[in-house]
Amino acid sequence: MAASIAVEESSVQARMARPSRFGDKAFEWLTLAMALTVVVLVVLIGWQLWRGSTLAIQKFGFHFLTTSTWDPVAEQFGALPFIYGTLVSSLIALLIAVPLGIATAAYLTELAPLWIRQPLVSLIEMLAAIPSVILGLWGIFVMIPWLRDYPFPFLKRFFGWIPLFSGPIYGPCMFAGGIIIAIMILPIITSVSREILRSVPDLQREAAYALGATRWEATRIAVLSYAKKGLFGAVILGLGRALGETMAVTMVIGNTPQIAASLFKPGYTLASVIANEFTEATTDMYLQALFEVGLVLFGTTILVNLLAQLLLRTIAVKSATRAVQ
Amino acid sequence: MQFERAHNHTWRKIKSGLACGIAFVSAVLVISPLGLVFFYLLVNGAGSVNWDFFTKLPAPVGAVGGGMANAIVGTLELLAFAGVIGIPIGVLGGVYLAEYGSARINSFLRFLADVLNGIPSITWGVVVYGLVVLRFKGFSAYAGGLALGLIMIPLILRTTEEVILLVPNGYREAALALGVSRWKTIVHIVMKTASKGIITGILLALARVGGETAPLLFTAFGNRFWNHSLSQPIAALPLQIFTYAISPYDDWHRQAWAGALVLVTGVFCVNVTVRILTRGRTASVV
Repeated sequence: MAASIAVEESSVQARMARPSRFGDKAFEWLTLAMALTVVVLVVLIGWQLWRGSTLAIQKFGFHFLTTSTWDPVAEQFGALPFIYGTLVSSLIALLIAVPLGIATAAYLTELAPLWIRQPLVSLIEMLAAIPSVILGLWGIFVMIPWLRDYPFPFLKRFFGWIPLFSGPIYGPCMFAGGIIIAIMILPIITSVSREILRSVPDLQREAAYALGATRWEATRIAVLSYAKKGLFGAVILGLGRALGETMAVTMVIGNTPQIAASLFKPGYTLASVIANEFTEATTDMYLQALFEVGLVLFGTTILVNLLAQLLLRTIAVKSATRAVQ
Repeated sequence: MQFERAHNHTWRKIKSGLACGIAFVSAVLVISPLGLVFFYLLVNGAGSVNWDFFTKLPAPVGAVGGGMANAIVGTLELLAFAGVIGIPIGVLGGVYLAEYGSARINSFLRFLADVLNGIPSITWGVVVYGLVVLRFKGFSAYAGGLALGLIMIPLILRTTEEVILLVPNGYREAALALGVSRWKTIVHIVMKTASKGIITGILLALARVGGETAPLLFTAFGNRFWNHSLSQPIAALPLQIFTYAISPYDDWHRQAWAGALVLVTGVFCVNVTVRILTRGRTASVV
């Protein structure tokens, strides 16, 4: 279908478009150049981060990723506490956001009454539009005091014997960071999961209902398990966003480079340390180390995003071919 | 046997109802931060949004009052500069993906654009710092605008491509059959038909980068006074909110809430406008 149109177009072009060949070529090259900027940008980011951190990479080598001293005065830099903080806060965020996001997506596509679906989708889009810094502001002055007064003491009283929930409660901490990231990534996990569930062919549902399945059984057996791989892609995409989330986390995580067992202790993430210390970097080596933190962050997020795109792409292709068959 | 089956069926129905209930509660939990954020923005910010807020410079530490006039103008300047970079590149790049290019090249470029969209915005700040700030020895409005503009490129590119693909092929064939050249067909027929969608994408991208703070921290840097030259540091609303929010002063906290309320109102206005625009679009042919 598409191919035949293309053939028609090119033959039409060959006969009719002779007079202004130059304009056509020029326009095509112009748009091509603009489209190629995405390639240029990816290379530019990688090159710039690499160039900015060569000295640090030479000096610290692999130890940069495995040591935890971050001492600008002695010019000793190890990024392990930031890597740890990024991973732990993102993990907390995923533990909260994945079940909620997928349940909401299932509600929006399968379970909810029709009239409620569109308004809910709009509200989730609005949530996605809230700038990170505003969520951080709300986190500092509303969420943290509330967490400190109610849920945290509760967790401590009943689960205090687990190291995760032991120790004094300060307010800004790893747990608060994880929660704020969860709020930030919920809209993307929900909306991508919703797209995936919508792409599940109706035949699947009809078959389940024909066998006498209840609404939930049809959702679980025919829809959710069918879309498993795509939902995994949505989760990985959410992970990519979680790793790079900056402002809101910086405002609530406490910004202390330490590796502590308790989630009530302050932490630090890769993105936060760049945000906080970049303009204070007085020596060249300090700046180099921060560029290297940026390189680590870029490398990680690009790998995670590649994985997510690959997962989501194969799904899209597969469901499209199935629909044709 | 009969009874057992009936019982089983009731149990399955109850389970189904329970699952629906849990899913409903999840949906409520997901959107509850929206309501909570909005509620506290109004409670804490509405009192400080007044004439002074829009017309005055920030007050010195200790003095009560003042406003964010410079930050509001600064954000608009940054957005204008970002638009100059991001809009033409994004739109024309999107045209290439939709109108030219082989399937293989296009899926590669689309893939890269999606990956770029997932890169943390602070990375762009670091890159532009290396490209512009280090080279020209100073924070500047140019650097901030460039960082925001680069973020816009993949966003606009993808939305433009999507809406151009929605234009029916008959339009192109009709124009080509009349002897109109290809590029004129694209500019005057295809892009014009898709213009509403393209503008929607541009507005959404502007709303998105207008709220960005991380890429501006060490490019635009912020400024407590009016910016007189684009090669000087410039204030921006999100930056000002950040600085005030982490400060120890109560009066600055109030200003931060007021700034946040103004910023969110701006972002939501754009989003609502876009929703109205797209509602019109789905109703018409495209």
